[in-house]
Amino acid sequence: MSDMDDMDDDAGIVKKFMFLNRKAPHGTVYALEGLEVVLITAAFDQDVSMAFTDDGVYQLVKGIDTKGIEVKDFSKTYRALEGYDIEKLYVDQVSMDARGLSEDDLIVDVTVLSVDEMANLMAEQDVVISF
Amino acid sequence: MQFGILVNEGPYSHQASDSAYLFARSAIEKGYKVPRVFFYHDGVYNASRLATPPQDDRNVSARWSKLAADHGIDLVVCVAAAQRRGITDGVLGDNFRISGLGQLVEMGIQYDRLVTFGD
Repeated sequence: MSDMDDMDDDAGIVKKFMFLNRKAPHGTVYALEGLEVVLITAAFDQDVSMAFTDDGVYQLVKGIDTKGIEVKDFSKTYRALEGYDIEKLYVDQVSMDARGLSEDDLIVDVTVLSVDEMANLMAEQDVVISF
Repeated sequence: MQFGILVNEGPYSHQASDSAYLFARSAIEKGYKVPRVFFYHDGVYNASRLATPPQDDRNVSARWSKLAADHGIDLVVCVAAAQRRGITDGVLGDNFRISGLGQLVEMGIQYDRLVTFGD
């Protein structure tokens, strides 16, 4: 299809894309299908960052086991993001605190931000896509 | 000013598609451009021409088709999301087409604003 052509057409334009993940990894499809968009955006050589707020912080917790609910476990995809040059992962401190989580509970290295810092980071983006 | 629109929810059970439609129509009326609308997640159900809502209700799919016909909007349905949900070329309404997520990323790169409608 035309995705390869698009990449040629857009060659040289690099925008700041932030993907804002607000939902738990399971229960709805947003996290799983959202990751697909993140990976495609990285393939277009854009400046990609991911932010995790609210129940979205649960996407990164260690020890996810989906056997009991019989759905795909895509948890390891977050570990593979580095291989796609997606290294800017931000987590909201307030959301972590509210759920009794700390950085040690997460499967990847993240930068923990205050609400104000997160707001400033969002303001710097060209595109924010929320899932 | 060019707006890209992302619709992430299906018709009727959620207002997202209605709000996106009203936003697109208003933007065009005010002289802005809406070159493309991208349908993702359950939003792909908006593309089905098989929906037959009651006569006294709006037809969400049909009015997207008409808006696209009147103003040359590219209505793109994500192929991966569509395949999961049984939306194929055979059930697409007029002026919808199935393509890849690259079409969504392209909106973010090329247009002035990308506006998301969903939960």
